[in-house]
Amino acid sequence: MTEKKIRVLVAKPGLDGHDRGAKVVARALRDAGMEVIYTGLRQTPEMIAEAALQEDVDVIGLSILSGAHMALVPRVLELLKEYGMEHVKVFVGGIIPDEDVPALMELGVTGVYGPGTLTEDIIRDIHNALSIAPAA
Amino acid sequence: MNLTTDVLAGKRLALARLLTHIENGTPEGRAALDELFPHTGRAHLIGITGAPGTGKSSLVNQLARFYRHPANGSAPRKVAVVAVDPSSPFTGGAVLGDRIRMRDLAGDPGVFIRSMASRGALGGIAIATAGVVQAFDAAGYEIILIETVGAGQAEVDIARLAHTTLVVEAPGLGDDIQAIKAGILEIADILVVNKADRPGVENTERALKNMLQLAHPTRRVFHHHGQVMMVEAPAAPQPEAQLWIPPVLRTVATEGEGIAELTEQIARHGTFLRQTGDWNRRERVRLQNELDTLLQAALVARWRATLPNGRYGEILERLVARELSPRQAVEALLAPQPSNLATP
Ligand code: B12
Ligand SMILES: Nc1nc2c(ncn2[C@@H]2O[C@H](COP(=O)(O)OP(=O)(O)OP(=O)(O)O)[C@@H](O)[C@H]2O)c(=O)[nH]1
Ligand SMILES: [Mg+2]
Repeated sequence: MTEKKIRVLVAKPGLDGHDRGAKVVARALRDAGMEVIYTGLRQTPEMIAEAALQEDVDVIGLSILSGAHMALVPRVLELLKEYGMEHVKVFVGGIIPDEDVPALMELGVTGVYGPGTLTEDIIRDIHNALSIAPAA
Repeated sequence: MNLTTDVLAGKRLALARLLTHIENGTPEGRAALDELFPHTGRAHLIGITGAPGTGKSSLVNQLARFYRHPANGSAPRKVAVVAVDPSSPFTGGAVLGDRIRMRDLAGDPGVFIRSMASRGALGGIAIATAGVVQAFDAAGYEIILIETVGAGQAEVDIARLAHTTLVVEAPGLGDDIQAIKAGILEIADILVVNKADRPGVENTERALKNMLQLAHPTRRVFHHHGQVMMVEAPAAPQPEAQLWIPPVLRTVATEGEGIAELTEQIARHGTFLRQTGDWNRRERVRLQNELDTLLQAALVARWRATLPNGRYGEILERLVARELSPRQAVEALLAPQPSNLATP
């Protein structure tokens, strides 16, 4: 009852309707004991940052299979900064070409995950990311 | 940063952080609630309960929209939403999905939506929900919409917390209306038949109205020049002001149909509570419950601290071995310590 839970927002930004991966990840994180706020499809970066603020999440998970990640992810990170939420860890999954990964990491993304990722790896990385830099 | 001052100054990030402290039961959260308490008591708390999938979140979305953009030209009101979903009893995790239906509210700084997991509580809301609601109230949110877990049971906890409780039904969910609805009339201030675009609305509506009549056998409803008047007992001094019979309303939450009427009834119920003194009575009962609960917990904790080491475990063992009944175990624990009396 007085336990700290890891809170994660799982969102699908942009117009892409591939939601299987996001749902698989959401369920896996729930089964790992986390509280996952799932906002559904077609979220704008503004909606995502606002929801993350209201829900005071530790982690944002963006699932993008449309190819629009280089437009969407930087905008989300920018808004988080604007809202004073740099402490939130951002994870990105979906179809992300290898050559885009360094640029995303450079921008401040904590991890990028493609098809076939084991959910155990995602869970482990979330735990690591939060204990290395616990939310202020 | 000082949470309380920032919350009172309307800082949303501070409010979000405070809500987490309250959920986690931290000392910071408790201290802030103490400081905020004098600023509470202004909001209208509206509970929305009903079986899974009846459209609670969709209704919350529409109600919030309406309060933000009132059709009658009155000033928009600040709206907070607290949406509770169940925690998994096995892992303690949760998927909180109510926001999916509330996307119309995005981008409006006059709306704040917070999802909560039930964290093991069984009454449809979480233990910390009351505290979260208090924080919103202190932060100046005038309308607080509280969506319960969709359990389909009579969620008494929400009726205790909210001023006005909406029970949401939908056609075609359970044909066995009688069975599901037991107890619901005790908590419903307003009955909503949502999904009125679906076949079977008339049946659901009729079943609810029949139940209402059965539930109030002593009340007679008079139609007088088109006005409905209710009279309880012949001797009641101001009968029409004393009784609230839950109205049954149709809505289509996905289209926004029936929402204006629903908000009218909510406002009417608020006025009714204030005029009859029930608003204050409810508040009083709620605060007294809270006081008693805290008092009991504090007394038990204080008393436990005075028990000699091992005494509690000893009695518990005898209880488990069925040497003592639970009542005898309590008496044994409360009795003067044998170590003080016995003179070996
Ligand atoms: C199933 C599928 C569909 C289904 C989607 C059903 C649904 N509701 O999800 C349907 C048939 C509808 C569909 C449609 C389309 N699709 Co399609 N689809 C696929 C397919 C075959 C599999 C996707 C999938 O569900 N995988 C299973 C899940 C579990 O895996 P995943 O999403 O990758 O998730 C894993 C990881 O990526 C990661 N992950 C994902 N999200 C997240 C989030 C976080 C926070 C983290 C940490 C990790 C993470 O972890 C997950 C678990 O391992 C892929 C090809 C492929 N092999 O990936 C193409 C693919 C994604 N589709 C593609 C395309 C082009 C389309 C269409 C545009 C086709 C068209 N012309 O109509 C439409 C667009 C639909 C729309 N509205 O957006 C392309 C995208 C190309 C690109 N980005 O450059 C792909 C890559 C096929 C291809 N090779 O061309 N599609
Ligand atoms: N046809 C119709 N569908 C509706 C109506 N209201 C809601 N729905 C749909 O019913 C489904 C469930 O709606 P929600 O608002 O999520 O219901 P809920 O009661 O909050 O569900 P839980 O929180 O899971 O218990 C969604 O697919 C909605 O689009 C309505 O008035 N008519
Ligand atoms: Mg809901």
